[in-house]
Amino acid sequence: MEPTDINNPEYFHKVVDCQNACPAHTPVPEYIRLIAQEKYTEAYMINWDSNVFPGVLGRTCDRPCEPACRRGRVEEEPVAICRLKRVAADNKGDVKKHMPQAPFKSNNKKVALIGAGPASLTVARDLAPLGYEIHLYDEQRLGGGFMRSQIPSFRLPESVLNEEVNYILDLGIHTHFNHYVKSLKELLTKDYDAVFIGSGAPKGRDLNIPGRAEASANVHIGINWLANVAFEHITKVGKKVIVLGGGNTAMDCCRTARRLGGDEVKVVVRSPFAEMKASPWEKEDAAHEDIPIIDNHVPKTFVVENGVLKGMTFEKVKAEYDAQGKRKLVPAGEPDVFIEADDVLIAIGQENSFPWIERDLGIEFDQWEMPKVDELTFVSTNAKVFFGGDAAWGPKNVITAVAHGHQAAISIDLMCRGESLTNRPAPHVNLVSQKMGIHEWAYDSAVVEDIRYAVPQADKILTLKDRKKEVELGFDDKTAFKEAERCLNCDVQTVFAADKCIECDACMDICPTSCISFTENADETDLRNMLKVPATNLTQDLYVSDALKTTRVMIKDENVCLHCGLCAERCPTSAWDMQKFFYNVTKAGKGCASH
Amino acid sequence: MTYVRPKFRHPELQKNKLGYTVDYYEGALSTLCAGCGHDSISASIIQSAYEMNIEPHKLAKLSGIGCSSKTPAYFLSNSHGFNSVHGRMPSVATGANLANRDLIYFGVSGDGDSASIGMGQFVHVIRRNLNMTYIVMNNGCYGLTKGQDSATADQGSKNKSGNVNPFDSIDLASLAIELGASFVAQSFSGDKSQLVPLIKAAMNHPGFAFINVISPCVTFNNNVGSTKSYDYVREHIEATSTIDFVPQMQEINVDYGQGSKKHVTMHDGSLIELRKLSDDWDPLDRQSAMNAIMNSKSKNEILTGLLYMNQDVKDLHHTLNTTDKPLNTLTKKELCPGSEMLKGINAGLR
Ligand SMILES: Cc1cc2nc3c(=O)[nH]c(=O)nc-3n(C[C@H](O)[C@H](O)[C@H](O)COP(=O)(O)OP(=O)(O)OC[C@H]3O[C@@H](n4cnc5c(N)ncnc54)[C@H](O)[C@@H]3O)c2cc1C
Ligand SMILES: Cc1ncc(C[n+]2csc(CCOP(=O)(O)OP(=O)(O)O)c2C)c(N)n1
Ligand code: SF4
Ligand code: SF4
Ligand code: SF4
Ligand SMILES: [Mg+2]
Repeated sequence: MEPTDINNPEYFHKVVDCQNACPAHTPVPEYIRLIAQEKYTEAYMINWDSNVFPGVLGRTCDRPCEPACRRGRVEEEPVAICRLKRVAADNKGDVKKHMPQAPFKSNNKKVALIGAGPASLTVARDLAPLGYEIHLYDEQRLGGGFMRSQIPSFRLPESVLNEEVNYILDLGIHTHFNHYVKSLKELLTKDYDAVFIGSGAPKGRDLNIPGRAEASANVHIGINWLANVAFEHITKVGKKVIVLGGGNTAMDCCRTARRLGGDEVKVVVRSPFAEMKASPWEKEDAAHEDIPIIDNHVPKTFVVENGVLKGMTFEKVKAEYDAQGKRKLVPAGEPDVFIEADDVLIAIGQENSFPWIERDLGIEFDQWEMPKVDELTFVSTNAKVFFGGDAAWGPKNVITAVAHGHQAAISIDLMCRGESLTNRPAPHVNLVSQKMGIHEWAYDSAVVEDIRYAVPQADKILTLKDRKKEVELGFDDKTAFKEAERCLNCDVQTVFAADKCIECDACMDICPTSCISFTENADETDLRNMLKVPATNLTQDLYVSDALKTTRVMIKDENVCLHCGLCAERCPTSAWDMQKFFYNVTKAGKGCASH
Repeated sequence: MTYVRPKFRHPELQKNKLGYTVDYYEGALSTLCAGCGHDSISASIIQSAYEMNIEPHKLAKLSGIGCSSKTPAYFLSNSHGFNSVHGRMPSVATGANLANRDLIYFGVSGDGDSASIGMGQFVHVIRRNLNMTYIVMNNGCYGLTKGQDSATADQGSKNKSGNVNPFDSIDLASLAIELGASFVAQSFSGDKSQLVPLIKAAMNHPGFAFINVISPCVTFNNNVGSTKSYDYVREHIEATSTIDFVPQMQEINVDYGQGSKKHVTMHDGSLIELRKLSDDWDPLDRQSAMNAIMNSKSKNEILTGLLYMNQDVKDLHHTLNTTDKPLNTLTKKELCPGSEMLKGINAGLR
């Protein structure tokens, strides 16, 4: 193999598994260390810069970082990255003084943002300080998008959302709430230099099976129902409730129903339990609130008697898999099942819908009625119109919407300055030795063995009574410290200097997880098998040194490195050093171009 | 600093036949200097014991004094251990072995510990052919006392303070062969692929097995001009052969077609497979082994690998016709055979 080019920042970025997996590339270990040091304000600001909604995300993020976390490969469970973020938000001091302060000097450019969800709000936050006049449109009466209308208050208190939405609105954003944009054409006739469409995926899927029309008074589309609950148009539900669907929306529907008077709430899902789309923790939370999840049941009919919904019938199925592992649900051959219900909530998916975008504006749509959007720049086929968040490629999550927002803001800024959209700014990176003396490092290199700490919850009796009572209490500072200590500091990189190595094997012998080998060079497949422990995780890179004196090379399998620094401590010549790598995605107007 | 070695290990570590992963054979975190060759030898010992499926409680590690003699703390922490007086490990090993012949005896010593203060003990333990493995971690100096030249320092070798050694060195491997050691090998701490099979074969050898391992002292004897530095050893190393140890139970799958390959069958049917590199040497022939060492010495080469092996010797227990059971398993019946027996003995002495 060729020697690894550690001057390419993406190499070490990939080693920081959590940050790499975070769509917004939040510098996770950096803020976890700050939390351990009780520097909550600093930890918050690192988050705010990257993901804009630390308080919201610390409670609701889909946490793609956690399945990626190295700790999960070394022991059972990843670091509770998401809930540590909340600790920063809960304990921070005055953060506002660290944020850009309006008013800003105008650059005489105007940008319209359609939809006030996380994608648009991120664009607003990144562009307003650069002098853009931002006009934010949303049909709802408050900003936040689905964070407000969909995510229930028992998971995300309104006060937390308001605070973080207001940090942005306070940057001098012109809001046009209670304003549904009926025609993009009309909007484009106004003098906007750019339009960003962050309108989400607002259409809930319906289920057209026999009885649907007759039952309509008691059958609700999940996301519409949740929005109506959030805006207090709906305050109660029947005692017996069926929720159809197996995703996170279904979990929010069933738990909300429990709080609005549903005593017997059941989730009924077509697929087997293990294959449901909902996150494991959402399923756990539903189970904790005494909500059974009935799997392998396909809805057949709504049963209506004398104009009143009585329940639903289901066909029982079982999953069969073909040679490619593709699933097919086949009848189980058992009698149909009837389940009683006063109300039914349909949570079987959402779709995009753009009835308000005329098709003659130069914005191309594909066969699925989705706009054609460039994956790097987020521009549509109309050079002035950009898409991001769920509006771009269908429903995802808040952190993805934020990541899109940052990139779209960069593009809008480049466009307005007449520069090429592909001239993206390079990330901000830094690599600094952590050596302070013999056996002394500037980071806490000890590896603790603690297993993941659970977040305490409020008493169920109280939370089920009050839709707005937050269920999770968050870590207290002591538990937060202990959980933070589980982080392996993957950003403190093992950096190897081949010219200093005397091939004494000390690093290889000391490494607890057998990451390091010295061997003749070969191609990657062979090398992976020649190591002290074969490197079977192909998603993890091999760090290959230049040729050493004996013509051998040092190979480090990054897979299960604990970043404990023992290799560097054992090295008599300091050929190994532990160096802290800081990587931050450059935001609009902040960087120099990468080329 | 990480004062404790993290407990986490690679999740894909393989288990040996006893169901242990290699970490079961580890010891405490080493306190030797970073880069000391002795640590690599410890790692090879750990690997060998793991691969040999040794039950840790069936092994006793013994040592004298020195950095080298400290290493038993850093491997096999589940085994028995005795850290004895400077140069006196052989007598402790002899006593222990006579008391309990069922354990595997693993001695670790240094060049100072064996070739200076302990020379008397060293030669006699060889002469008696005590069943044990004896490793000298040879760095040409007294590491623990800050690097004075030892008796194995080569004539002309320069130490860290620039002094050139005026004395001829003692060659421990030739000495061992000369004294009738039945297994003699030489290796380098930085060559695990050679050292591990050698240690395994040595542990399997039913008599005195000696391995002289060149092991650079990175702090006091790794300077330019030293003949025990990493660089010098790497430049002057010359292997007799590549070596593989094939334990008795393993299915033997070798290609006998290749002329350069030689198999040495051990007492229990295990095989040592040597892929010979030099032709004028036969590991079963004492004279040719001595010649090979002399030849390479005259060329300033360090000859490594299995140098000599003799399967046909009797160990100390056999020579002394001792009981075939460990003493602690003998019962009153065997120890006090009764007055009739005593009478018989007394009569025999009249
Ligand atoms: C029930 C449910 C629970 C969820 N829970 C989580 C969670 O816990 N964590 C997570 O990360 N994600 C969650 N999501 C997904 C997440 O809410 C979305 O992916 C995210 O909000 C998308 O952000 P966005 O900026 O693209 O648009 P949205 O947040 O969808 O905002 C779009 C806004 O645009 C408005 N709008 C649309 N069209 C127009 C128009 N023509 N004129 C004016 N306004 C318009 C809409 O009213 C809406 O307010 C959940 C989704 C649902 C349905
Ligand atoms: C009876 C006695 N004499 C002298 C010493 C001092 N002493 C300690 S270690 C040592 C030499 C060790 O050299 P070596 O065996 O080569 O071990 P190394 O440290 O080089 O591995 C000496 C002379 C001692 N501990 N005891
Ligand atoms: S251990 Fe810490 S730095 Fe490493 S992936 Fe997990 S959270 Fe990130
Ligand atoms: S930091 Fe070094 S010693 Fe520690 S696990 Fe990683 S490679 Fe091994
Ligand atoms: S002094 Fe020499 S022999 Fe002793 S630990 Fe240090 S390097 Fe090893
Ligand atoms: Mg010595």
